[in-house]
Order: sequence, then structure tokens, then C-alpha cells
Amino acid sequence: MKRVILATLVVFAAMPALACETVRVGDIEVEHAWSRATIGADRPGVVYLSIRNTGSTDDALIGVATPIAGMPMLHETVVSDGIASMPHTMSMPVPAGQTAALAPGGFHGMLMGLTQALKKGDSFPLTLTFETAGDVTVTVEVLGMGAKEAECPNAQP
Amino acid sequence: MTGRDLLPIPIRDMSFRLTDHNGQPFAPSQWLGRPTMVFFGFTFCPDVCPTTLSDISDWLADLGPEADRLNVALISVDPERDTPTILAEYLSNFDPRIVGLTGRLTGLEKAAADFRATFEKLPRDGDYTMNHTAGVFLFAADGQFTSIIDFHEDRRFAIPKIRRILT
Repeated sequence: MKRVILATLVVFAAMPALACETVRVGDIEVEHAWSRATIGADRPGVVYLSIRNTGSTDDALIGVATPIAGMPMLHETVVSDGIASMPHTMSMPVPAGQTAALAPGGFHGMLMGLTQALKKGDSFPLTLTFETAGDVTVTVEVLGMGAKEAECPNAQP
Repeated sequence: MTGRDLLPIPIRDMSFRLTDHNGQPFAPSQWLGRPTMVFFGFTFCPDVCPTTLSDISDWLADLGPEADRLNVALISVDPERDTPTILAEYLSNFDPRIVGLTGRLTGLEKAAADFRATFEKLPRDGDYTMNHTAGVFLFAADGQFTSIIDFHEDRRFAIPKIRRILT
């Protein structure tokens, strides 16, 4: 019993830091997680963030999960012959020593089946699953619908 | 056939009819006499559309009062879900000079044909999404097509392209 309580406490202690802070798991660093406000809960939400692989082995982002969406998934916006489409993607490569990003117009987390509308100023937890490094939970900050990048002092566009 | 094999026809030859986000009927002849900037999108689109709308909002802000002379329009490729009211709410998050156009599917099909744009409804996970032409179309004040700002084009080239239709 005591063990269970302790485990629960550890989970809470491991709860994500603020969106602008960097969270780490293994060789992976994740930061600048942000989303856009939605009109209602019917429209899908989006998640963008930056991932750095500080190690010497390639890794890949293979899943996203959050309590605020029934169907979170990885998508990639592809513009081919001027036509935009948004296919599912099974994984996003995070090569050794490089930075990869879920960013506007490219790979992004798509949150279908939102349990509530996302409002500017809200934040929510998002668990990322990496092939090698495992799971890490970050806090995603909801910015305005017209936001283009994370609002952090050292945010990358 | 893709949107890039053919150019949009001049605005004066366009004949589609839609409804603006205030519920007023719209005909392309209303654009004539002022330079025009148009793109296709939809409010259920989480990535490309808000990104393009905020880019456009930034360009309009950079151009300042000069941009007041522009017609700027978002044509919804999802008229089924994008009512004028929904478009109005959505667009309230971006530059107020952007006008939303929606209407009947036949009106949209005609608009896409006039622009040589494409859109396609794709079933997904019990819902659907839309593939659509992502570029921003630019027309001179006389309604002649001038250029497209491609989605992945360096955004710094956008302002000079827009200035060209403003002069």
C-alpha cells in the first residue's frame, strides 16, 4: 500500500514543468510546446514543439497522448503541386545530434476528439513516446488562434 | 491536372456566387477596381490555414494603411461545416480586413474551377478532412492574375509580390 502511494507521489512530482522549460528523457530534450486556441471542441487542436537529440543514436517520436483528446496523432502537412494534404505519420525521425520539430506547415501533433475547447492561456499535459528514450510528459501552452511560434524568450521560429 | 498547370482566369470572367461571413451575397465583380489576394482553406484545418491566416495578417500589418486598398478573402473549401457565422468567429482572430466566403457546394466548385484550384474531401476516422490548394492568389486591380505565394516559399518574398499588385 505504502508503495502505491509513493508511486503516485512520484508521478505527481514528475508532472511536467512549464511550457518554456526543457524536459529531458534519456538523450532527448523537449521544449517550447504550444498549441492554438480552438473554436469549440469539434475542431481538432494542434501541437507544436521542439525536440533535440543530444545523443549519438538516432531516435524517433512514435506517439503522442493527452487526457484532453480522444484521438491524438502525428500528422505531416505535405504540399505537393500546390495542394496541401495532411497524412498520418507513424513516426518522426529525431536523428542523433540534431533538432527536429513539430512546427507549422510540417510535422504536427493533431488532437482529434478534444474533450473541451482549447482557450488561450490554458495548458495541458502531453506525453511523447520515443522509440528509444521512452516516454516524457511536457506541458503544452495554448496560445491565440493566430499564434505562429512559442512565446518563450529564446523560442525558435 | 493540378492548380499549377493552369492559371486562374481573370476576375472579370469569374462567375461563381458565394456568401460572405456577414451573410451578404458575393460576386467576384465586387473585387474589380482593387487588387485582390485570395486563398482556399477551412476552419477545421489545424495547421496550414491558421498559419496562412496569421502570415497574411502579418503581411497586412507590415503594409499598413496601404493594405486597406486590398481585397483579401478566404474561400472555404468546407461549406458543409463553415457557415458564415462560423467563418466570422474564426476570422475574428485574424486581421479584420480578411473576408470569409462560403456558400453552396456548387458555388465553391465554380470558384475552384475559376481559380484552377482543387479541393478534395477525404474520410478520416469517422470524420473527414480536406485537401486543398494552399497558395495565396494575387490579382491586379483590373482582375488579371499576377502571381501565387506558395505555402513553402520564403515568406520574405511575399511582401514584394503584394506590393506589385498595389502599384
